[in-house]
Amino acid sequence: MRSDKIFNADNDNQLTFEQAQAIIDKKKSLVLVGNPNVGKSLFFNFLSGMYVDVSNFPGTTVSISKANYKKYDLYDTPGIYGVSSFNEEEEVARDIILSGDIIINVVNSLHLERDLFLTLQLIDMGKKIAVLLNFSDEVTKRKIKINDEKLSEMLGVPVIKTSAADEIGFDRLDEAIENAKIGNQKLELQFLIQQVMDKGVSQPESLLILEGDEIVAKRNNVPCGTPDEREKIYITRRNLVNEIVDTVEHEDSKKGEFFNLLGKLSLNPKTGIPVLAIILTIVYFFIGDVISQRVVDYTENTLGINTFEYYTKSFVSEYTATSIDVEILDDEDNVINQKSFSFPEGIKALPLSGKEFKDFSSQPGATSTFHFENKIVRLFFGEFGVVTMTITYLLFLLMPLVIGFYFVMALLEDSGYLPRLATMLDRSLNKIGLNGKAVIPIMLGFGCVTMANITTRILGSNREKTIVTAILQFAIPCSAQLSVIAVLLTGAGIGPMAIYATVIFTVLIGLSTLLDKLIPGESSPLLIDLPVMQVPKLKNVLKKTIFRTSGFMKEAGVWFFVGALAVGFLEITGILYVFQDVLAPLTTKWLLLPKEAANAFVMGMVRRDFGAAGLFSMTLSTMQITVAIITITLFVPCIASFVVMLKERGWKEGLTIWFGTWFTAFLVGGIVAQIII
Amino acid sequence: MNNGTLDKAKKGSPVTILSLPEGEIKVRLIRLGISEGDTVFCLERLPGGTIIIQKNRQEIAIGFDLANKIKVILQ
Repeated sequence: MRSDKIFNADNDNQLTFEQAQAIIDKKKSLVLVGNPNVGKSLFFNFLSGMYVDVSNFPGTTVSISKANYKKYDLYDTPGIYGVSSFNEEEEVARDIILSGDIIINVVNSLHLERDLFLTLQLIDMGKKIAVLLNFSDEVTKRKIKINDEKLSEMLGVPVIKTSAADEIGFDRLDEAIENAKIGNQKLELQFLIQQVMDKGVSQPESLLILEGDEIVAKRNNVPCGTPDEREKIYITRRNLVNEIVDTVEHEDSKKGEFFNLLGKLSLNPKTGIPVLAIILTIVYFFIGDVISQRVVDYTENTLGINTFEYYTKSFVSEYTATSIDVEILDDEDNVINQKSFSFPEGIKALPLSGKEFKDFSSQPGATSTFHFENKIVRLFFGEFGVVTMTITYLLFLLMPLVIGFYFVMALLEDSGYLPRLATMLDRSLNKIGLNGKAVIPIMLGFGCVTMANITTRILGSNREKTIVTAILQFAIPCSAQLSVIAVLLTGAGIGPMAIYATVIFTVLIGLSTLLDKLIPGESSPLLIDLPVMQVPKLKNVLKKTIFRTSGFMKEAGVWFFVGALAVGFLEITGILYVFQDVLAPLTTKWLLLPKEAANAFVMGMVRRDFGAAGLFSMTLSTMQITVAIITITLFVPCIASFVVMLKERGWKEGLTIWFGTWFTAFLVGGIVAQIII
Repeated sequence: MNNGTLDKAKKGSPVTILSLPEGEIKVRLIRLGISEGDTVFCLERLPGGTIIIQKNRQEIAIGFDLANKIKVILQ
């Protein structure tokens, strides 16, 4: 709301002094808007200074950064090609733009034809605008001339040339903001907009309604524009953009000689596959070796189990009945010494043997196993304790992996390789009813299926979201599970490895082909803009990684606790063992595994790696191991994925997928067992 | 010169767009700068028919299913 309204308010509904003050105090908002990859975030970082408030836009996963800049509230928005409601990011950007007072439109000078489309739409909305022509140094380098004065005259808004990477033109930002203006609007369109405005709708919203934005139309309770009307407005706008670009831009070298060697190599059928192979090898080395072996080994065992859990459990043991087994292991994991301690009234009651325990258990190579007598204490601090196990899992195992995956993703994204990867794989994914973009959640699934479930939101249609979600729950082993499977398979040899990979891959293809046939409708075709490949800016990559990781933790973290509480409850009430008996005939007769293997399945419902890890302690033949890990891979996702899936896909679909994994896991596992055992 | 669909475009040759499929996809294409009557350059053609076109300095990947619904004049 503008402050002048207050003073014009008539006496009947006079504002109180406090209300008026609140409105005057309400700062004007300054909104950064632009296409993807225009360098918007660099402007935001420059203007925002130190204090940035990053949060999810209510009800979405879209991140919104807010900061103060002088007398303004400064907002960043997701990169968009136009203001409408084609996806979540556009909806978020639209609502921030609608509520904004001044729009700073960042434009990529190299892609004026694409970017000015959004600029003209913003002008048609009747917002106060200033345009920043970013990448102006690149333009000069490529011998392109852009007449900014002419552009400013044609648009009717201030235009300044900038280069965010070198902070060129930043001294004129204030000038641009102060001079932001409502631009030149086409009379015909204004006439149409006025007709909607006569129904009491604001100008920006009127335009969106004419352009067929159903959400905005519903909000204002007026009929929505038809697709034909929208197309007419779009084509007129497109023609105007082309006309403007023809007038203001002159290129000395011939058009179309824009050269980007790496970008070309990564898409050429001959060189693209080697490039892909190299990148995947590096990613595999980084995630598979550095993060999941070295880093997680340190964080999970040293920080998690031996520090955090040890001190927490020792502290609890001070006050409650417990017996503790301590084993001292050498470098090869052989037990070289062991001792058992018993504290029927807690360590505090027996200070002497308490000290002995502490000394003995703080030797290098010591692992302490605490057995708490009290069931409630066990529920929270025991082996599967809600506090102890979940915190170790979440902070020391999952978080390094999630950070690693998001970091790689951000790196691929900012370098411009990700859209090229999607393009390369598009045709293969078409065969299973998806488009190239689906590679993103599927890749993330190998890190954490829960994280991948959230990422299915980037897909174009519900149909694709369903197919990918199903693939993730059925056939993609997450990194926690994968590391256990890898150890078991390496021990088993080449044959079982080949059987495992073939079976899982067959299920993946079979399932997605089936869903593609069964689910009505069509998947959205690939249509993506390929940005120039470049060296990513570490600061931006880190920022994205941190934001996404914290978003994941906030969204999914609590469900890991709930899951642990559930399995703890099953354990102390003995229901866990009932499950074992119920599943026994299926386990022994059909899967040809020992009865205890059922335990692995039940535990697998909570944490997928638990399922697989349970197999270590059993004596199984190589083929039994193969059957067991096939079954466990196909079996239900962990409880956190399950809950996130229900939230994303709804009860009906989520439960169908969940029970589907039960059925498929036992069916496929059994068939394989009958053949190979 | 003959009429065809975009997925038939040869690598390195220009194509002129005759018509785009209707609906939301058309709007998205127009926003990216591809509209009827435009001449674009086929930068790459991946096995299976995913097409990468170039218009001025911009590169856009178009999946086979969409490319074969875009009518063009092949050159």
